[in-house]
Amino acid sequence: MEAYISLFVKAVFIENLALSFFLGMCTFIAVSKKISTAMGLGIAVMVVQAITVPANNLVYHTLLKENALSWLGITGVDLSFLALLSCIGMIAALVQILEMILDKFFPALYHALGVFLPLITVNCAILGGSLFMIERDYSFGESVTYGVGSGLGWALAITVMAGVREKLKYSDIPVGLQGLGITFITAGLMSLGFMAFSGIQL
Amino acid sequence: MSAVLNDETKKVLVEPLVTNNPITLQVLGICSALAVTSQMSTSLIMALALTLVTAFSSAAISAIRNHIPSSIRIIVQMTIIASLVIVVDQLLKAFAYDVSKQLSVFVGLIITNCIVMGRAEGYAMKNPPLESFMDGIGNGLGYSLILIIVAFFRETLGSGKLLGMEVFQLTKDGGWYDPNGLMLLPPSAFFIIGLIIWAVRQWKPEQAEKVEFKIMPIAHGEGGHH
Repeated sequence: MEAYISLFVKAVFIENLALSFFLGMCTFIAVSKKISTAMGLGIAVMVVQAITVPANNLVYHTLLKENALSWLGITGVDLSFLALLSCIGMIAALVQILEMILDKFFPALYHALGVFLPLITVNCAILGGSLFMIERDYSFGESVTYGVGSGLGWALAITVMAGVREKLKYSDIPVGLQGLGITFITAGLMSLGFMAFSGIQL
Repeated sequence: MSAVLNDETKKVLVEPLVTNNPITLQVLGICSALAVTSQMSTSLIMALALTLVTAFSSAAISAIRNHIPSSIRIIVQMTIIASLVIVVDQLLKAFAYDVSKQLSVFVGLIITNCIVMGRAEGYAMKNPPLESFMDGIGNGLGYSLILIIVAFFRETLGSGKLLGMEVFQLTKDGGWYDPNGLMLLPPSAFFIIGLIIWAVRQWKPEQAEKVEFKIMPIAHGEGGHH
């Protein structure tokens, strides 16, 4: 249990996908102008991340890993080079299914999150989460924890960023630095703040 | 050569470097890029990998652009890009294993790099293969340029080295330079990119964004009269 809590805290704060691995930066910069939209996207990322990381974990461990096909009686086969293709396919398919389910059963939620779902397929944070899971060889339980944690961390980062940017538009910034430039500097300062968590040992 | 490099080709090759840089102007592809810039060698490999993937995926997608049904085009583009990235990944693992370990997941993340998808969707779907190839090279180089600038500052200031060779002698080896540890940490990449954008926009003011709010200076003698 302790290991899971430690992994969760690490995924949310210390190894924050947005601020220490720069994942999902394109959307992070583009959609962080208003708190409400940023939060919507953040929640969507968290939901998708919590589903895709464990799903990719299952696929990787039952089909792709070296000797993973031994339950079929096939040994000595290593399909792990297909991991990239299977991960991205899995993500695209799951996002599509999620969109259809939301549309059919939860129309209110669909209207709130719907516009963000197609964006998420090409969000590096989602693919990055799955690839980190493979590289670090997480078990299924760990992958669930990591998926939820890293998604939450990303959501937290983009919401805070949007909060800062909403205030920032009233400030007097040098012309060349306005917009994109100051956004990067702000992200850097936030990243410094998140690094303060790195001393925490659980 | 001049037959190959006609005006259009030259334009798509040179424009993305500064005037239409994918990172500083279009805000694309910063995602996976910055994490690899703490060293020059990893940045160079990453830049090369991305340029090749962008160029070849643009050419391939453009070659079959008239046969792709528009409803499934994203999946088709994704599959082509992912296959190319797998090739690059396997090549790196075979011939440059150490670098591929350092790049870890970031080679795989070229798949979702917005530059590759952006060029496929925005240029290759409408233009012939050769131009698309050049456009891919151009945008890849624009990305490489930023990556190399960031890596240059981070490696020299952070560890006093460039490509592993000593530039500044460090104090711990009896030299004069005390390395700036911040440069090796993630925040420094954000700061450097921010400063590069500032510099580019100071040089080319037409790239600056429109301001939403303008702060008006208080005119003399106006305070208190209303």
